[in-house]
Amino acid sequence: MPEATFRIHRYDPERDGDRRWQEFTVPYESSLTVLEGLFYIQESLDGSLSFRYCCRAAVCGSCAMYINGRYRLACQTNVKNLEDAPIAVEPLPHMPLIKDLVCDMTDFFAKYEYVKPYIMHDSKYPEKETLQSPEDRHKLDNPVDCILCGSCYSSCPSVWGEDNYLGPAALLWAYRFEADTRDEARKTRVSSFDNERGVYRCHTITNCVEACPKELNPTEAVQWLKGAAVRRRIFGRWK
Amino acid sequence: MIYHELIVVGGGLAGLRAAIEAKRAGVDVAVLSQVYPARSHSGAAQGGINSALANHPDSADDTPEKHTFDTVKGSDYLADQDAVKQMCEDAIPILYQMEHWGCPFSRFDDGRIAQRPFGGAGYPRTCYGADKTGHYLLHTCTNEAIKAGVPFYTEWFVTDIVSDADGRACGVIAYDMTAGGFEGFQAEAVVIATGGAGRTYSNSTNAIISTGFGASLAYRAGVPLKDMEFIQFHPTGLLTTNILMTEGARGEGGYLINGEGERFMAKYAPKAMELAPRDIASRSIWTEILEGRGIGGKQFVHLDLRHLGREKIMERLPGIRDLSIHFEGVDPIDEPIPIVPSQHYTMGGIDTDMDGRTELPGLFAAGECACVSVHGANRLGGNSLLETLVFGRRSGAAAFEYVSGLAQRGRGAAEVEKALQRMDENLAALTSRSDGEDPYAIRAEMTETMKENFGIYREEQIMQAGLDKLLALNDRVHDIYLRHTGRVFNLDMIRTYELQGMVEVALTTAAGALNRTESRGSHSRTDYLARDDENWLAHTLAYREPYGRPRLDRKPVALGLYEPQERKY
Repeated sequence: MPEATFRIHRYDPERDGDRRWQEFTVPYESSLTVLEGLFYIQESLDGSLSFRYCCRAAVCGSCAMYINGRYRLACQTNVKNLEDAPIAVEPLPHMPLIKDLVCDMTDFFAKYEYVKPYIMHDSKYPEKETLQSPEDRHKLDNPVDCILCGSCYSSCPSVWGEDNYLGPAALLWAYRFEADTRDEARKTRVSSFDNERGVYRCHTITNCVEACPKELNPTEAVQWLKGAAVRRRIFGRWK
Repeated sequence: MIYHELIVVGGGLAGLRAAIEAKRAGVDVAVLSQVYPARSHSGAAQGGINSALANHPDSADDTPEKHTFDTVKGSDYLADQDAVKQMCEDAIPILYQMEHWGCPFSRFDDGRIAQRPFGGAGYPRTCYGADKTGHYLLHTCTNEAIKAGVPFYTEWFVTDIVSDADGRACGVIAYDMTAGGFEGFQAEAVVIATGGAGRTYSNSTNAIISTGFGASLAYRAGVPLKDMEFIQFHPTGLLTTNILMTEGARGEGGYLINGEGERFMAKYAPKAMELAPRDIASRSIWTEILEGRGIGGKQFVHLDLRHLGREKIMERLPGIRDLSIHFEGVDPIDEPIPIVPSQHYTMGGIDTDMDGRTELPGLFAAGECACVSVHGANRLGGNSLLETLVFGRRSGAAAFEYVSGLAQRGRGAAEVEKALQRMDENLAALTSRSDGEDPYAIRAEMTETMKENFGIYREEQIMQAGLDKLLALNDRVHDIYLRHTGRVFNLDMIRTYELQGMVEVALTTAAGALNRTESRGSHSRTDYLARDDENWLAHTLAYREPYGRPRLDRKPVALGLYEPQERKY
């Protein structure tokens, strides 16, 4: 039976708060995801291990981690496809730690909620659905697939350098609503990202594009928002 | 102690929709969830949500009445017909509401919401956003809850429902995972919306957090679980992981192929073919496998999408393609997908009325953890997302009415305090033992027993052996112990604690299945082949008893619209 060695980042705030690495050996038959390996360790080797999990099908964003030096979803990463051994598993870098592989996502979600990630609509709704052409709907294909895993945010040097910066995920969601033909937010949302916390702090480093496990492009969305914000400042029109 | 007028347990579609409804009616409501709401299992739903919008060119004369009939027939006549009628009528406004809230549905060329055919439906009435409809709806409702100002207690794991001296729900106890420690929440009413019990089976499509633990809390509080023997097996789970491959893949024209290269559904459902309801399609696949016609004689068949072509797969089923590539190493553009029927949905659940009320005043339930019943013995694809929204909304409205009508507020503080103390004592007992039964060994034995003894085909002796095994496991649960006693993000504690509820929920499935001497919908017995309306056109109620084996009772089915007939597809 093949075996995989996991080298796992440990941190326990209740013990000494020190960070350390610990190795575990996990046997498997033909297929083993990193998330399955973590469960094996938690169940059979060390009950104190902490990590996030939910769907195990790459749709909920819970188990984004830094695995062998890359941002990955633990559930979607098969050890067979990893070249380096042992398998190094770390929490999302540059985030405050809670325990082991669990980092603090409080700021991440606060910033997401800050950009008003919802449709705003002043006029009366039609009796049935608001019509939207397939072409207009396709403009949303990229951002609506975001699973809020935090990989892009964790990878962004502009976030590392400036705590206040909203970061790629929040701005991708701002774009998702600004680009939606049904949205009527006008000035209400733009003030959340056309400011010192917002789009101008993106320096197109594109780490976010590389980090995204869903292959989305936050950098492009931020540039679209920049262009739109600048046009609005100069010409006073939006969209 | 924390106070809110209304506590919603669970941040999936049903919980969020209930919270939004209550909040906008003026209730001080909070959502407690084990995960950030947008991570809930609702987001794994793929194919779509049913509503007779009549947008599809082939569904111009579709109506809520026809949707009602299809659902009742699909349920093998066990669904309550008044509840189904209500759901199918509410389906129209709730779909438009989701669109107005920004849900990115796919569109027809004329700009209307796109619809596709689904199993057991007379018309193409499943509204979809690519093959990620649950994900889109879940984000839409999370965002609308943010807009409405609903506070989220994220990563709070609820361990108890508290009742006051008058027998009313008055709060919950919850574990604050990130800060560590337990907290009491006092409330005027509680809505349980914690999803299904898929993970009581080892071969489930469900998220790892879909354990049925939420339903077990209501069960422990004295509320019966209804129709728990009806477990849906989805025809197409990925072979290695049981990850869901949407029914939409067959709705878009995908074939089921056996080891002899045949589209074998012709033998079982000559008219509907691959779009037969899930119970029939799963039985057909399983029969092929049992008779040696799996692929290479093995325990799987193929879902073949190749003839749909790259463009259609990329446009309508991109998520399915990604999942097949990442989890099975198969690109469906070039190769057929190996699939196996997999546990998928819990038709039964906390016994509620049409507005989520349970037998315990002040306790409401909605979504997969509840049983209204609109799915009866077999749920139609596309009706679960619909159920979450329709009955989530109705529960939120009913909770508002209940809370508004209370003569006295703020009762039960002493009971919440006591329950918190009891929790600490329970935990102390678990941590005081330094050895005992391994909770993960029990979990593995339980889930394997459910798969093997209460699967697609069921039979008296096998089920009796399974029930005995579960009762023995339930005894062993009393001797489980914790390996880790830390306060912060203690998975060992959560998973050990939830196991106690999982075994109890599994026992309701087992006892109900053994008791029901007929075949109906998903419950197919090789020793009782026929549906028996004379004796069994009734819901099963399971009440908790101290020694594990539930006390079973019956409840009549609401009929009146359609006479039970033989199901043919």
